[in-house]
Amino acid sequence: MVKKIVLMGNPNVGKSVVFSRLTGAKVISSNYPGTTIDFSKGKMILDGKQVEIIDAPGTYSLEPSNKAEEVAVKMLDDADIVINVIDSTNLERNLYLTLELLERKIPIIIVLNLWDEAKHLGVDINLEEFEKIMDVPIVPTVALTGEGINVLVSKIKKAKTSENIKPTIDEGRWIEIGSIIKKVEKISHRHHTLRDRINDLTIKPLTGLPIAVIVIFFSFWLVRLIGEFLSVSIIDKIFEIAYKPLMLDFGNWLGDGIAYQILISQDFGVIEFTESLGVLTTGLYVPLAMVLPYIIAFYLMLSILEDSGYLPRLATLVDNIFHRFGMHGHGIIPLFLGFGCNVPGCLATRTLETRKQRFIAATLLAIAVPCMAQMAMIFGILGPYGLYYIGLVFLSLLIIYITVGLILNKIIKGPSPEIFLEIPPYRRPSFKVIIKKTWMRIRWFLKEAIPFLFAGVFIINILYTVGFLQWLGNTLSPIMEGLFGLPGGASIAMVTGFLRKDLAVGMLIPLNMAPLQLVIATTMLTVYFPCVAAFVVLVKELGIKDMIKSASIMLITALTVGILLRLILLGV
Amino acid sequence: MINIIDTKRKSLIHLYRGESGRIIEILGGTGFRRRLNVLGIREGQIIKIVSKQPLRGPLTISVGNSQITIGRGMANKIIVE
Repeated sequence: MVKKIVLMGNPNVGKSVVFSRLTGAKVISSNYPGTTIDFSKGKMILDGKQVEIIDAPGTYSLEPSNKAEEVAVKMLDDADIVINVIDSTNLERNLYLTLELLERKIPIIIVLNLWDEAKHLGVDINLEEFEKIMDVPIVPTVALTGEGINVLVSKIKKAKTSENIKPTIDEGRWIEIGSIIKKVEKISHRHHTLRDRINDLTIKPLTGLPIAVIVIFFSFWLVRLIGEFLSVSIIDKIFEIAYKPLMLDFGNWLGDGIAYQILISQDFGVIEFTESLGVLTTGLYVPLAMVLPYIIAFYLMLSILEDSGYLPRLATLVDNIFHRFGMHGHGIIPLFLGFGCNVPGCLATRTLETRKQRFIAATLLAIAVPCMAQMAMIFGILGPYGLYYIGLVFLSLLIIYITVGLILNKIIKGPSPEIFLEIPPYRRPSFKVIIKKTWMRIRWFLKEAIPFLFAGVFIINILYTVGFLQWLGNTLSPIMEGLFGLPGGASIAMVTGFLRKDLAVGMLIPLNMAPLQLVIATTMLTVYFPCVAAFVVLVKELGIKDMIKSASIMLITALTVGILLRLILLGV
Repeated sequence: MINIIDTKRKSLIHLYRGESGRIIEILGGTGFRRRLNVLGIREGQIIKIVSKQPLRGPLTISVGNSQITIGRGMANKIIVE
């Protein structure tokens, strides 16, 4: 009886796309190796019965070389059927894993994905002959458009073990692959295309580095532009014009009292969306009007970068720099994802090979990489004072990233291997896929962020009402004042920061600080500790012992940075 | 050791950008060789240098239909002619 079907294949062959086609489940796919770092589960109906489908991370062979690949190989143990997804444009290389799988005597069906691209590249595969040699069913597909998926579904139960493929060693497999390729594949000569030209320009250092600077700068500029437009010109207007009168009426109906304070505002009859601290006012305004616009803009930009295939080229260009921080170029991927949210960023450190690399990548992420939600709030509160102050925050963070990276590389023991990364061909991102992917990520944000923000606003309200936060602010006041030149109330924001950083930045608004004080406070908020969601993931990824180490580094860095910034920016 | 006098046999890092060579040997342990092998980098294959990053940065090579970025240390162990 078929219960469990596992999708296996090399990285970046489109397993996740096949998976979402089969199950209707929504998973993230991209045009670079290693998007799926953990398995996703889904269900599909086969012959009227429900079966489980698992999308495993990509692996080049059954001998794993990183954590994500280990996950993939483990999935194999209780698979009833394996769907082996192959990149048709790279048949020879993909066949190694296929042979290894066939030797295991698990029923297999082969999917030749990217069939259209192979044809386009002049790769001609003789399906009939191929099926005869492999002795298992083979289905060509174009998963992105859905072509061939119906055939795949109808043939899944025909999956079988192969009589032709016998277990052998490495050398034997390569000889076998050679002879298979000779029989089934014909490649006609192809001309240089525009795509090759772009590839050359973006990976050669002389042209590649300036292009990289432009691409990154332009991307973030665009995020700011779109984010600000959505925030100020659309969503804020809706809140002010449509929602505020509603809340004022509701407030009058409620009357002054504890319910009013928690739900609407600390001041009766006044609603200031950024300061009122009501669950229904600030609790909704911060995520929807201040943060969401930037989240939309950022993930739109990230999805385009991911699906085009640009990121691995960027990884190649920055490899040198990242080596100085004890990682290699692939470290740029957790960094980029971390700008969206530190949680997926931290998960992406799994694609790095050694403990040292993962530790440094995760620690630097937690210390110096503000998530988009936090950045949106920084733009929001520092924006009115001018770009200079926002620049100061990011410059400080950049210096921290570099300095801590250089130091960690020296003190953390362990090997740090060189980069070894496949560069996928450039692909034109599909509009539909980009929109779908952005939407999935936004939904994820809403699901994760809003409950936390509600809870955060709620807890802080209670703590205010009982006077705990005032007490805390007063008690810590000498420390905040003496060390960092900040008002005691800033310590309340630090406590809040553990729940959500965006809310914490918002808590700074009513303190009426000078812009330079805001620079110190927002920088420290980024550095001192991750939010609870990122913290949980960090513990899971690094283990308790390394997490304690990492957390101490964060606290020491925060202390140092706070004092230094105070001395530099405020003078004495 | 690589024989430097034999000009036909050289490590991959000594090829210029745009040049190609046939792999005749991959030095190093089985684990390392296997990792390269499964990506199509193995004896007999033609390998072409797509780009070289400065300051001992990585090389991007093309082999078969794929492109791969590898560090100098690794590239040094790939012997071509």
